[in-house]
Amino acid sequence: MSTEVLRKSPRPALDRGGPGGGGPGGEGDGGREGPELFYDPARFGLWLFLGTLTMMFIGFTSAYMVRRLAPDWIPLRPPGLLWANTAALLLSSGTLEGARRRLRGWNVAGVGPWLLATGALGVLFVAGQLTAWKVLVSRGYFVSSNPHNSFFYLLSGVHGVHLVVGLVWFGVVLVKARRFAYTPGEDGLGMFATYWHFLTGLWVYLLLLLFVL
Amino acid sequence: MTEMAHGPEAHAGQAHAHAKEAFIWKYVFSKNHRIIGVQYYVTAMVMALVAGLLAMLIRLQLAWPQKDWGVLAKIFPMGYDAGGGFGVMRPEFYAMLFTMHGTIMVFFVLSTAPVSGFGNLLIPLQAGARDMAFPFLNGLSFWTFFVGCVVILTSFFVGAGAAAGGWTAYPPLSALKAAVPGSETGQTFWIVGMVFFIASFTMGGLNFVTTIINLRTKGLSPLRMPMTLWAMFLVAVLGLLAFPALIAACIMLIFDRHFGTSFFLPTGLVLNNAPLLGADGKFLHQGGSPLLWQHLFWFLGHPEVYILMLPALGFTSDILTNFARKPLFGYKSMVGAMCAIGGLSFIVWGHHMFVSGMNPYLAMAFAVGTILIAVPSAVKVFNWLATLRGARIRFNTPMLWAMGVVSLFISGGLSGVWLAQSAPDIQLHDTMFVAAHFHLIMAGAALFGVFGATSYWFPKMFGRMMNDTLGKAHFWFTFIAYYCTFFPMHYIGIAGHLRRIYDPYQYEFLKPLQPINEFITISALVLGVSQILFFINFFWSAFAGRKAGENPWDANGLEWTTASPPPHGNWPGAIPEVHRWPYEYANPDFPKDHVMQTEPLTAAEQKLKAAEGPSRHEH
Repeated sequence: MSTEVLRKSPRPALDRGGPGGGGPGGEGDGGREGPELFYDPARFGLWLFLGTLTMMFIGFTSAYMVRRLAPDWIPLRPPGLLWANTAALLLSSGTLEGARRRLRGWNVAGVGPWLLATGALGVLFVAGQLTAWKVLVSRGYFVSSNPHNSFFYLLSGVHGVHLVVGLVWFGVVLVKARRFAYTPGEDGLGMFATYWHFLTGLWVYLLLLLFVL
Repeated sequence: MTEMAHGPEAHAGQAHAHAKEAFIWKYVFSKNHRIIGVQYYVTAMVMALVAGLLAMLIRLQLAWPQKDWGVLAKIFPMGYDAGGGFGVMRPEFYAMLFTMHGTIMVFFVLSTAPVSGFGNLLIPLQAGARDMAFPFLNGLSFWTFFVGCVVILTSFFVGAGAAAGGWTAYPPLSALKAAVPGSETGQTFWIVGMVFFIASFTMGGLNFVTTIINLRTKGLSPLRMPMTLWAMFLVAVLGLLAFPALIAACIMLIFDRHFGTSFFLPTGLVLNNAPLLGADGKFLHQGGSPLLWQHLFWFLGHPEVYILMLPALGFTSDILTNFARKPLFGYKSMVGAMCAIGGLSFIVWGHHMFVSGMNPYLAMAFAVGTILIAVPSAVKVFNWLATLRGARIRFNTPMLWAMGVVSLFISGGLSGVWLAQSAPDIQLHDTMFVAAHFHLIMAGAALFGVFGATSYWFPKMFGRMMNDTLGKAHFWFTFIAYYCTFFPMHYIGIAGHLRRIYDPYQYEFLKPLQPINEFITISALVLGVSQILFFINFFWSAFAGRKAGENPWDANGLEWTTASPPPHGNWPGAIPEVHRWPYEYANPDFPKDHVMQTEPLTAAEQKLKAAEGPSRHEH
């Protein structure tokens, strides 16, 4: 986990208003009582969750490295579409940063287009991954034909499920943005961005593991 | 995810505002940590009842394998009509019994009651927080767990019965549907139930760690935390790091079972004397590695046994000091020992696999790491004994259970040192000796810890005291019956009695062991029946026990500074501040024999502290 976790939150995080109601501090006691050490619990919890996801993919990675030593391993040639998908996902992370920067920089009108671009690129990625599966199936590369195929379907599938969860979260973000629930000048998109960038980085890692290393 | 985005819910100073909530939101879909803790606890009790009954059937089978059980055959028609008579247990049914007994006990009882049950009840109270960091996630975590329980219990009634490949679910037995009847639908339900359990446990772990790191009250520095709080923190970290490996393995097992992949299935499988071939005449599965599952499973499995153990060790430290009326001996070394046990648990999983043909040098590395765990474990035992030395002990029910934990931790730990070494382990692997070892240390100590914690923290659950006489009777019956059940298993294990065998007496050399098995079975039945005392005591006391005050045990922790049971938000007024550690018993400078954590330092203490410099007492 990075220093992000250890950095004290720039604002009294528990005091965040928003449609969900006040923080546990509730009635105007400055947002917190008691704790001397204080990090934003939600952000901290998210990083913990990403830690568990990392452990799961470490588990998959070790399985992959053991299994590929078996003699029946036939390398799978990745469909070219994967590189386009990867580019779309990387771009979506970029546009999300654009939206985040505009929100922090008081440019409220500029947030919308960049957010929509992020969502569109995310949907494009998922559609592209499904198409890549179809291409492979049409060429006769089924999930059980070869361990390398199995791992490709497995890892891209598990990653895809998490990305779909990210898209659901994106829907919540979009609704909140339309209701102007995010305060200009603050980093309201930070948590979602952390999750989204994590998935982008994870996909790049999986791609390298599966087809480059 | 969205809950994290919204942040935690409001709680402070609104205790009265929630008084008129509808029953369903207050007690069923609650977000209150105490209610959720009790929900976990009671669900675990129901699961324990099921798993305990399975154990009784296992014991009947081992003592009198070919006996015709007419009555049981009527109750379990699927399990009892094979063999010569019509009331003899079927071998597949026996495999299902020990599989589900292990699965339910390890995950749905002994991980749930101490960690999810008492963790939710105690963490906010001991840390001085209004509630857990993410109350909605907490409620979601319970209901996810509940669905997991329902799935696991349903699995008994689907297809050919529940999973029967052992609680470790080793492939190929668990991966080939035709391997055992239970490997058809039952195993699928097993995997799904486990996935629900792990999801729930992960949500709980996120809550535990975040609450303990972020929401501790003012003055509660890490080295002023009660041992129970330390244990909960470590357990949550272990769970977050270890369970993902099992999730990964479970997903791959689903692929092997349903999508025809070969992650865990090797070439050349033969089933019912026929090779398992595909349509093209080649082997259906190629090149997979069953050992891969074992590595992933035990990477979780070993930390998992400490997830069961550590809370019991924490409870024991809190209870022992209270009833000895003495400060905890070697507090810092106790914390260090717990951290060391937690850390070492990640690098010793290979000792479950000494017979897998691993490189002897690797086996030696795993053995050395495992034996190292004896060092922090011994530190804990000696510190407990030093705490008890010279004490004027109050022998109430919680204290009896805590001393029971110490006893089981020693007797079960000693056999652990044997099993840690590859040479004796290869001889003892998969014998009753192993069953004796882990039932004493892991299952027994965890169970005794839960009983101790129940009688000790019962006031914070229901606002009432448990009956002490009934509690003591329950303890002595359980303690004696527990040792009578599991201690002889060491002996029959050394004599070669296999661990998961349906009928041991098919082997000539095991026939002389039948009287011992009968003795064990009778002890086990006594053990099972004794638990009725606990159920009576629990439910009677919950509704009609003597009302408890704030601090019935004269203890020091923060949980004893609020009403029993604590109100919504835990403290009606401001959250108390902490000024000292939780084991300030018998301090001669104070008129009372215990000083609460919230008691400010006296002028003399402040002077002493200033003279010693800030670091000595502070951290």
